[in-house]
Amino acid sequence: MSNVPVNNGRRRFLTAATSVVGGVGVVGVAVPFIGSWNPSARAKAAGAPVEVNVSKIEPGQMIRAEWRGKPVYIIRRTDEIINALPKHDDLLRDPESNEAQQPAYATNPYRSIKPEFMVALGVCTHLGCAPTHHKGDFEEFVTGVKNGFFCPCHGSKFDMAGRVFQGVPAPLNLVVPDHSFPTEDTLLIGVAPGEA
Amino acid sequence: MNSFMAWIEKRLPFMDAMNKHAIQYPAPKNFNFWYVFGILATVVLVNQILTGVWLTMNYEPSGDGAFASVEYIMRDVDYGWLLRYMHSTGASAFFIVIYLHMFRGVMYGSYQKPRELLWIFGMLIYLVLMAEAFMGYLLPWGNMSYWGAQVIISLFGAIPGIGEDLTIWIKGDYVISGATLNRFFALHVIALPLVLVILVFLHILALHEVGSNNPDGSDIKKPKGSMKPEELSKFTFHEQYTKKYDIVDAIPFHPYYTVKDLVAVVIFLILFSWVMFFFPEGGGYFLEPPNFTPANGLKTPEHIAPVWYFGPFYTVLRVIPDKLLGMIAMFAAIGMLFALPWFDRGVVRSFRYRSKLHLLNLTQFAICFVALGVLGTMPASDLANLIGRLATLGYFGFFVFLWFYSKGEKTKPVPERVTG
Repeated sequence: MSNVPVNNGRRRFLTAATSVVGGVGVVGVAVPFIGSWNPSARAKAAGAPVEVNVSKIEPGQMIRAEWRGKPVYIIRRTDEIINALPKHDDLLRDPESNEAQQPAYATNPYRSIKPEFMVALGVCTHLGCAPTHHKGDFEEFVTGVKNGFFCPCHGSKFDMAGRVFQGVPAPLNLVVPDHSFPTEDTLLIGVAPGEA
Repeated sequence: MNSFMAWIEKRLPFMDAMNKHAIQYPAPKNFNFWYVFGILATVVLVNQILTGVWLTMNYEPSGDGAFASVEYIMRDVDYGWLLRYMHSTGASAFFIVIYLHMFRGVMYGSYQKPRELLWIFGMLIYLVLMAEAFMGYLLPWGNMSYWGAQVIISLFGAIPGIGEDLTIWIKGDYVISGATLNRFFALHVIALPLVLVILVFLHILALHEVGSNNPDGSDIKKPKGSMKPEELSKFTFHEQYTKKYDIVDAIPFHPYYTVKDLVAVVIFLILFSWVMFFFPEGGGYFLEPPNFTPANGLKTPEHIAPVWYFGPFYTVLRVIPDKLLGMIAMFAAIGMLFALPWFDRGVVRSFRYRSKLHLLNLTQFAICFVALGVLGTMPASDLANLIGRLATLGYFGFFVFLWFYSKGEKTKPVPERVTG
């Protein structure tokens, strides 16, 4: 080989240079392929805010709304439920809502704007199932706590402020979405207070 | 005819390839029934591709039309029900034969040197197969399809930092929607099958390079010139094998094993047809009852269970009370299998000639794997969690114990020549 008129240095340089330029090309071509997996303009438009009339909810009842295809639980809490909230703090993972699972304006003991209305995504923070509301018969899951949510998939438990109990697979409290009350009776999900 | 074949052969080494890979391929003469599952997997693969192509002729990959089009296939298309049941039963059958095929490899040490790469290709096939099955399960757009996908995709949400954005990118929407269904369809019918077929090709190529293992784990390829002429196998083998080695105790793959495998194929097809015609839903395990209602993002089924073949890994995921760690453990469970050739530091392949301890470890591994699988289809409870955790320990323990005792393990002498 030594007699073959080959300039190895030049060959190495050309190989490296071609590889680099080709590599940049591959990265550039990957952009549309990866980008096309993002939500389309239509999917983004479908994520608009949702308005709910809360005046018809009986005390203690829960209704569901749909926002961005996810169930939103809206519960009108009675005084009894509100007063019971702080009594089981020692059983909870994050009783003071230190994890940012709610907007700043809902970071309070009730995890809501008004103590009476709890608004949370009905999506278990473990693997996204919908926890079921147990009204008055929650003691079967946590002794001493009358009301709460139980996820049928993997047994995660949440209280009436969507706070997660200890010893279950769900790591975090239920998500409180951006919401606001433009009037006394209307709840707007997806828009923070004071936003457009 | 002969001159035509000669004309072809000059331009494409067709007969040479046939000889190399079938007619003159030396296979150990002592294969037992554990050695039929590779062929059976190939049969199921062909079934899946063929019925799959036919199903796409009437299936409609859209959020609005998918569920109805599956009902249309089941009720209005001539033989549509049969093609769909062949495909859905085939999916479960695929995993049954693959699990048995893998366990064969574990029992007889078929992953050991020099077959590590062969094992890796097999594991890649298994991994792609799981992705293929997972995406295929979304396509009927039933409620279990939907929530099963929801559970698995939200796993990626546990990755710190990028998790949430990653799940939206995978879904192509804020929720699982028609956009998700469409991309899964594309991957399920085009991308993954293509990868699967290429991997199967590489798996077989790698197998024929290193040669088949056998229940004794002894080599049938001896160093060239080390055997007396009367000890050599009397059959004609392709020169690729004979020029480097003395081949003993081998028979040509065709016709000896093609005929043997044909018996297995017939028995398999009888069992397959029995399930397909009489229990196509597999008692709720092959096709789960909630999947007979359309996907509904607001209504979670009472109890979300993956299809049975994901059971073992699903149990590992959910018995760990931390989402991220659970996910890591689940992927690690598969990763351990990939690394099996390096966990086993022994030189004796078959459990026949290994220690009692190894047999014990192998047995507990099999029991734990089955237990994890059974638990994966059951609702969560404290007792199930406890058993699940023990079985998870047993599963991972298999690899760790193996690493410790396999070096300097007390083994029996491996016979030079294969036994009956």
